[in-house]
Amino acid sequence: MTMESTTEMRPAGFGAAILRAIKSFGLLRESWIGMAGAFLVLFWVIVAIFAPLISPFEPNTTIQPFAMPGMTAASGGTFWLGTDHLGRDILSRIIWGSRTVLFYAPLATLCAYTVGILMGLVAGYRGGLIDDILSRISDIILSFPVLVLYIIVIATIGASGFNIVIAITFASAPGIMRIVRGLVLDLRNRDYVAAAQTRGETEWRIMLIEILPNARGPLIVDACLRLGYVIIMIGILGFLGLGLPPPDPDWGGMVNETRQMAMAFPHMTLFPCIAISSLILGFNLLADGLREVSLRD
Amino acid sequence: MNDNQEPVLVCKDLSISYYTRAGEIPAVVDFSLTVKPGETIGIVGESGCGKSTVAMAIMQYMGANGGITGGSITFKGRDLTTLSENELRKIRGSEISMIYQEPFASLNPSLKISTQLMEVPLAHENITKEEARNRSAQMLADVKIPDPERIMESYPHQLSGGQQQRVVIAMGLLSNPSLLLLDEPTTALDVTVEAGIVDMIADISRKFGTSQIYISHNLGLILETCDRVFVMYSGEVVEEGTIKSLFTWPKHPYTNGLFSCIALPTTDKNAAPLKPIRGQLPLPFERPQGCYYWPRCDHYEKGLCDQEHFKMEFVEDGASDHRVRCLRYKDIDHSALDSGDSIREKLEIGEQVLNVDTMKKYYEVRDNSLKALFTGKTVRHVKANEELNFTAHGSETVAIVGESGCGKSTFAKVLMGLEAGTGGEIRFNDKDISNIAVRDRSTEQIRSVQMVFQNPFDTLNPSHTIGGQISRVIRQFGVENDKEKVFNKVMKLLDIVKLPRDFYYRKPRQLSGGQKQRIGIARAFAGNPSLVIADEPVSALDVSVAAAVTELLMDIQREHKTTLLFISHDLSVVRYLADRIVVMYLGHIVERGSTEEVFSPPYHPYTEALLSAVPIADPEITKREIVLEGDVPSAMKPPKGCPFCTRCHRRIGDICDNELPLEMMVADRHAIKCHIPLKELSKIKPVIRIPDEAERVHAQ
Repeated sequence: MTMESTTEMRPAGFGAAILRAIKSFGLLRESWIGMAGAFLVLFWVIVAIFAPLISPFEPNTTIQPFAMPGMTAASGGTFWLGTDHLGRDILSRIIWGSRTVLFYAPLATLCAYTVGILMGLVAGYRGGLIDDILSRISDIILSFPVLVLYIIVIATIGASGFNIVIAITFASAPGIMRIVRGLVLDLRNRDYVAAAQTRGETEWRIMLIEILPNARGPLIVDACLRLGYVIIMIGILGFLGLGLPPPDPDWGGMVNETRQMAMAFPHMTLFPCIAISSLILGFNLLADGLREVSLRD
Repeated sequence: MNDNQEPVLVCKDLSISYYTRAGEIPAVVDFSLTVKPGETIGIVGESGCGKSTVAMAIMQYMGANGGITGGSITFKGRDLTTLSENELRKIRGSEISMIYQEPFASLNPSLKISTQLMEVPLAHENITKEEARNRSAQMLADVKIPDPERIMESYPHQLSGGQQQRVVIAMGLLSNPSLLLLDEPTTALDVTVEAGIVDMIADISRKFGTSQIYISHNLGLILETCDRVFVMYSGEVVEEGTIKSLFTWPKHPYTNGLFSCIALPTTDKNAAPLKPIRGQLPLPFERPQGCYYWPRCDHYEKGLCDQEHFKMEFVEDGASDHRVRCLRYKDIDHSALDSGDSIREKLEIGEQVLNVDTMKKYYEVRDNSLKALFTGKTVRHVKANEELNFTAHGSETVAIVGESGCGKSTFAKVLMGLEAGTGGEIRFNDKDISNIAVRDRSTEQIRSVQMVFQNPFDTLNPSHTIGGQISRVIRQFGVENDKEKVFNKVMKLLDIVKLPRDFYYRKPRQLSGGQKQRIGIARAFAGNPSLVIADEPVSALDVSVAAAVTELLMDIQREHKTTLLFISHDLSVVRYLADRIVVMYLGHIVERGSTEEVFSPPYHPYTEALLSAVPIADPEITKREIVLEGDVPSAMKPPKGCPFCTRCHRRIGDICDNELPLEMMVADRHAIKCHIPLKELSKIKPVIRIPDEAERVHAQ
């Protein structure tokens, strides 16, 4: 062993950390399921980003009602996926609708995770009375049927994008808290946590820096699955008329508005449904892939 | 043993590989072994040397990614490698049985012991249930389990670890197999329990005529149980021979290196320190050219050892079946001691640093059952520490010895401020800290009492880099604050624990167990503490690595004049490094004194039993055999009188059961807690007898 090996101080910063994150994501290449999921998700992300460039029509203008897929518009251009009963181009509405979904679903999941993780950390690490209180609160919330819960919340605070986020946070955080609490109960008995305690670290530092990063594996997988679930939820809320207020395109809302005509004009409901499923499938496959990769070494 | 008898098992030129994503990994190469009827073979080696793989290959239970790539395994004339799965199933469990390391993982927790035992004869023989039951009960009695009928009706969780392992062994023996494979059968057990099991295992071949293959990392255990021993290194046997010839005249440098790594009663931390083997075991795909051991060997000769791979050969002028895999064994004289520069000065003992004065720690256990509500006894106490008294001085190494559940780790928690004491005081530098939680301690107090943890795989946070973790400690203790200075300090600490500096940017998973433990030591010493408590710091490490870490710990202690509290269950390590010893049993200190005082009469009966239980890997050292009955009682229901009365072999009467003995002072700072008068205790002969240098044969 050469004792005099010289090691230079390397710059620390966010750039390096992000680079490392991308590198570890590269592991996903070893799982074709994960790759398929990643491609599906990436496809919708690109669609959402470039919506103004690729959508053939304005999503909210009435052009020609009840057009079948493939018909040409009078003003030129083709309705690749047809139009709905108000004459709006379905393809354009799906493209613009991906923006709402991909904005609100991750935002809602992130909020739910922030609340759930904080609750879970405190409950698991502190234990005792605080744990009892937080666990009972989550038990009460979890004992309601989810849909009833959403309807109550949205009906109380009104339908809007941010209220959807609040409703989803309220309903999902207890489930996340359960997962985090379970992980923390195991991790807090590790020697490195005791080492941090014996050098007098604060509780929040131990929870956030010593414990939380080691719980990331199961949490990332769960986040992907939950993201898919939130997309369904936003769809369901849109279908129930509790989603984003019209006329802005919203995949669930599109299905809801056209469902009475589904027998005669199946394309009006079918294509938004396919859009929802493909995105959810993407997230689920991604979660499977991540799980597979994380189980290896 | 009869040489003319046909051997039970013959492995010939066996090679085994595992197939992984990284390619083929040769786990065992060129392995040959013959087991005669009634013989016990020991296989010894460090983790990763392939000893368990050999056992799995004999069972033909390699898993999906393992395979035999060459050679044959012949069991009673049949080649196991060519048998079908159906034929193998008939042999496994009936003719070859295997016993694993962890008894609680080998028993099904949801089935009664009787069901699990009876299954063995029912599956392999055509007998009635009643007969199977009788045979099972008889076998339990044979493995010395008291009250077999009650045990038959129990579930595994109702038994202690020692009892569970006896049940597993009984299960292995039930079909009267010709060959029994034991893979580290006692590693998960306490020393005094282990002694009982080892005693019984040694009896098996005599009683049942079963041949055994005993796999262990512990040379002392091999000595006590086996007839012949195979030493494995990196997938191959490097030396084999009878116990007597191999232990007395080890020929291979690795075998000899292993002996220099164990704290035998002839070693001494100042006069005859341990000599760790440098480097570490090569990974299977990084094995060097030629002899696999040469990069770590002191007798390496360039151009000879690193050329071709070579076979085992018989030792000239040695016992007839002593074989070794070394080209230079004739030129090496292992008995020549190269002490000289390694002798160290004895440390000056400083001022009193720590004074533990009648410290108590009780845990409250709430009982919410109806019965408890009616009787009003809803709160019970687990007495983890009962009136601890001892002191520690500067530069002194004080060892706290005891089996699991004796309260040694609880004491560490109270000392570190992770738990509050129930009574008494722990005075550190004349200030009571037993009731100050770590949060409320000053940086100065935190910095000066630090800890080295037991489990190397747990001691470092897997999410952060090594450098980040050590820097955090330095900043937290306020040693340095400037970025550059902190970095330089980390570099200095890495030098002190003899690790390369570029480990700064590594994550813990890129380190081996020994390296992680070194980082753990660096972290504890970052703030220059005056007291370090080490909780079994080397018990999870391999022999050669453990020796290196032990030496490192003592070197740093020597340099910093730190007081070291060394918690351990292993008396031989403790004898080697401690100045003073505190023996604990069930929350009580039963004996305390200097190392020489504790290791020579008068003994507390428990100390005496512990001394006898520790396996010693030297055939010329004789011990008086004391095997304790039963297991350590639960701390929830300790005996009313002396804590040791349920297992004591020197019980004198009812007084032991009813009255807690008081401490008798034998000399200054040497005390024994026992009812037997000192005069009687002083008459007891020493447990361990070390022959004089003149009586020894190895210097022939």
